[in-house]
Amino acid sequence: MFLGKVVGTVWATRKDEELVGMKLQIVKHIDLDYKLKDTFVVAVDSVQAGVGDVVLVTSGSSARQTALTKNRPVDAIIIAVVDKLDIVVKT
Amino acid sequence: MFFGKVIGTIWATRKEESLHSFKLQFVQPLDAKQKPVGSPIVAVDTVGAGPGEIVFYITAREAVIPLPVEMAPVDASIVGIVDRIDLQKA
Repeated sequence: MFLGKVVGTVWATRKDEELVGMKLQIVKHIDLDYKLKDTFVVAVDSVQAGVGDVVLVTSGSSARQTALTKNRPVDAIIIAVVDKLDIVVKT
Repeated sequence: MFFGKVIGTIWATRKEESLHSFKLQFVQPLDAKQKPVGSPIVAVDTVGAGPGEIVFYITAREAVIPLPVEMAPVDASIVGIVDRIDLQKA
């Protein structure tokens, strides 16, 4: 999974009907000091994250391993809102 | 499978149902000479690795296999703690 920050939401009325009812959030990658990187993904939100929340995103076919996204065209899903990061070892 | 070093832990109360009992660790991927490569990822810890330990982890859908649940949105799981690496001169 990767660490990201929700920076916005995607609204789309004309879309694959399997995606109806799913909230699509824009999540930018962040580094360990919470600084935004320039890459982002559009991820299905299954934990009601808000804009500005630090979240965890699962990518690839593992993103379809939930009741909400099973057999749907989804390759990124927000699986957690992060409360705290404990960085113990400096690399 | 990839090498990594556990560099920290993630605490998250609001998360997917299936993840409730799993420990989420921060892993810095390493190359065979144990040098950091790429940016850190978050992996479910199935072996109880501690910070600073060298581990190996699996990615993609296979990461769900060691977990005690049928389905879970997980794309990285730590599956072993390294004791020693013998690297032949390539």
